[in-house]
Amino acid sequence: MKFKTFAAFVAPSVVMMLLFIAAPLVSVFLQSFYLTQPVIETVEVETCTPGFLEQTCATALRTRPVLDENGKVQTTTTFVGLQSYRNVLEPARAWDAISGFDYGALMGIDFWRALRFTLTFTFITLPLVILAGLAIALAVNNTAKAFRGQVIFISLLPFIITPVIGALSIRWLFVGDGILTRMIEGWTGEDIAVFAQGWSIELLMLFYRVWHVAPFAFVVFYAGLQGVNRDAVEAAIIDGASRFERLRYVVIPHLMPLIVFIALIHLMDAYRVFEEIIGFRSEAHVISLQYLTYDLLTPDDAGNRSVSRASASAMLTMVGIVILLIPLLRRTWRDHRGAH
Amino acid sequence: MKIKALMLAGAMVLASGTAWAGCGYQNEIPIKSLSAGFEAWKSVTDAMAECGNFEAELDQEFRTKQPAAFAASPSLYHLGGVSNGTITPLINEGTIRPLDDLVEKYGAHLKPNQLIRIDGKIMAVAMMVNTQHLMYRADIFDELGLEVPGTYDELLEVAAAIQEAGAVDYPLGATMQSGWNLAQDFNNMFVGYGGTWYDDAGNPSVNNEAGIRTLEMMKALTAYMDPEYLSSDSTYVQQQFQQGKIAMANLWASRGGAMDDASESTVVGKVEGAAAPLAAEGNPPATTLWWDGIVIARNITDEEAEAAFRLAMEGMDTEMVAEHNDDAIWLVDGYQPTRLAQGAIATAIHNPPPPAYPSTTQMGLMHSALGNQLPGFFTGERSAEEALAAVEAEYVTAAKEAGVLK
Repeated sequence: MKFKTFAAFVAPSVVMMLLFIAAPLVSVFLQSFYLTQPVIETVEVETCTPGFLEQTCATALRTRPVLDENGKVQTTTTFVGLQSYRNVLEPARAWDAISGFDYGALMGIDFWRALRFTLTFTFITLPLVILAGLAIALAVNNTAKAFRGQVIFISLLPFIITPVIGALSIRWLFVGDGILTRMIEGWTGEDIAVFAQGWSIELLMLFYRVWHVAPFAFVVFYAGLQGVNRDAVEAAIIDGASRFERLRYVVIPHLMPLIVFIALIHLMDAYRVFEEIIGFRSEAHVISLQYLTYDLLTPDDAGNRSVSRASASAMLTMVGIVILLIPLLRRTWRDHRGAH
Repeated sequence: MKIKALMLAGAMVLASGTAWAGCGYQNEIPIKSLSAGFEAWKSVTDAMAECGNFEAELDQEFRTKQPAAFAASPSLYHLGGVSNGTITPLINEGTIRPLDDLVEKYGAHLKPNQLIRIDGKIMAVAMMVNTQHLMYRADIFDELGLEVPGTYDELLEVAAAIQEAGAVDYPLGATMQSGWNLAQDFNNMFVGYGGTWYDDAGNPSVNNEAGIRTLEMMKALTAYMDPEYLSSDSTYVQQQFQQGKIAMANLWASRGGAMDDASESTVVGKVEGAAAPLAAEGNPPATTLWWDGIVIARNITDEEAEAAFRLAMEGMDTEMVAEHNDDAIWLVDGYQPTRLAQGAIATAIHNPPPPAYPSTTQMGLMHSALGNQLPGFFTGERSAEEALAAVEAEYVTAAKEAGVLK
């Protein structure tokens, strides 16, 4: 392809990526080193609020931002270096906890609690998604042609559902007075509360994510299976290879680039786990890194939001994803170079 | 069948907007409002809509949207529904306008009690007061011969008796969803034990005896609740009542009307209100007082502000209250307190009275810190002291970042 044609095809997407990914990323990176604060004054203010019968007025000291002549809040922005990162990571407390082998204390710091869950979630769902996707693909590949369309359609359904809606539906099924809980309670006669402790919520989250993402892995693997070299499979059969051996030595090596691809995509997605936290209302028991950033950015009733800490937390999340992806990217790079 | 009914209902809503207008005039300037979504706001905004050209957004997440929406120029909404908790950022950032002129022109009928004055200027007009107080199933209490508890120690005994009798699934309900709700539940009890959240300099003061006793009492209460209490918000508690699953809860007065709504409640006429119980003798009831009302954006034209205010007065008039008397403890003229309001009134006139929830920057920070750090205590990961120390640590970090603490 001529360079000019290539550039013309690629340019729109490069511009979009620069505008909507690179620029915000640079902005977040910079914001994580700066702190913008309103200029604060403390004044005595009389406030009158309604009681049931009559008004009560009280004079109290009130901290409030100073407004400039345009009615905007006056702010000062200072370079704070790594202070926001320190506020998120709390290295001193974390180190005390680690050196004292105090797991509870480490989990008392939001960032480390979120990291613990995010990593467990990512690494447990990864093999399950690949295995489940592969199993469905093999099963569909072996069903009679007449039913294949229907089976594919049904297998794909979970993937079509919007993640938050899916998570909410699962919550409504399994919450204390949900339909499924009531049914199981009827069979076993026990009082079941899935959302009352952390481990059962985490199990449900793992199940939900695998259920939701496996169809994606399935579609990719199924497409890959259509390209398996039939001669190689036949040769293996003649050589007396069992079904498992054919899978192990012919099919899997053929699918390997796709498995790496699925792993890459899934690592990136799972590390940003968020919908499950909101949908399952699990904040009390488990939180994820992405939720932590969201929570820092959400203004409280007085309108405060921790933009600097949220930026630091977002940068740390990105660093985490990059670290996870390095081994896979190196492998892809090696394969890529080897192919030429 | 269902679709037909819906279409009919839709047609009637349209009709009520134009032909059968319950409004004294025709509003010509398009007005938008953003407020919370509970019953009282539905009643008020429906009444405003009768004047035409009005669009109401009822959203329980309004508190996160309002500051940014009102800071835009022109403001994305003309009218805002606020409470004493959520007015703080609007006042601080100066995005709402003083209403003295408009009150003089259109608000002659307002009671002085309704006018929220800050620094001498009227910044909001209140329409109702709200407070969390005890609601209980009178039929179960009668059947078991129980007295209405006046203190939390008595409440624990009553809960044990109800548990023993097996009258309901869980004796208690509570608005303890982790985050805002849980923090507010703590605030209520903390007031009852005589606590103050921070000192004059803005330093936190929750990790003390009052804080620990508060957490211990809350933990004792959870033994009688649905084990999933950490995800239970006001709507969930309201539904637990309506479906006859709980017998008592310290619930918002604004939820009272729903108990007698025959279309969704199975306990019509059986739920009564009483004052919020005391945590310790001689202290105020363990709750806080709230008001809800309207504010008007600064970044709109004076004509729009006038139209918005006029519309709000139409929505908060005696006619509306007459139609929706039980939706709230209205401050509007013509309100007749019914049996469902007795609990809130008993709470408000108790001596000493419960304090109003503070509209301060510090309180917003404290509320978030409580909501984030207390769940660890209830899941058993932390002791009361550890949880409260974590609250203070998060508060200090956030307060320094916000510039309110040196």
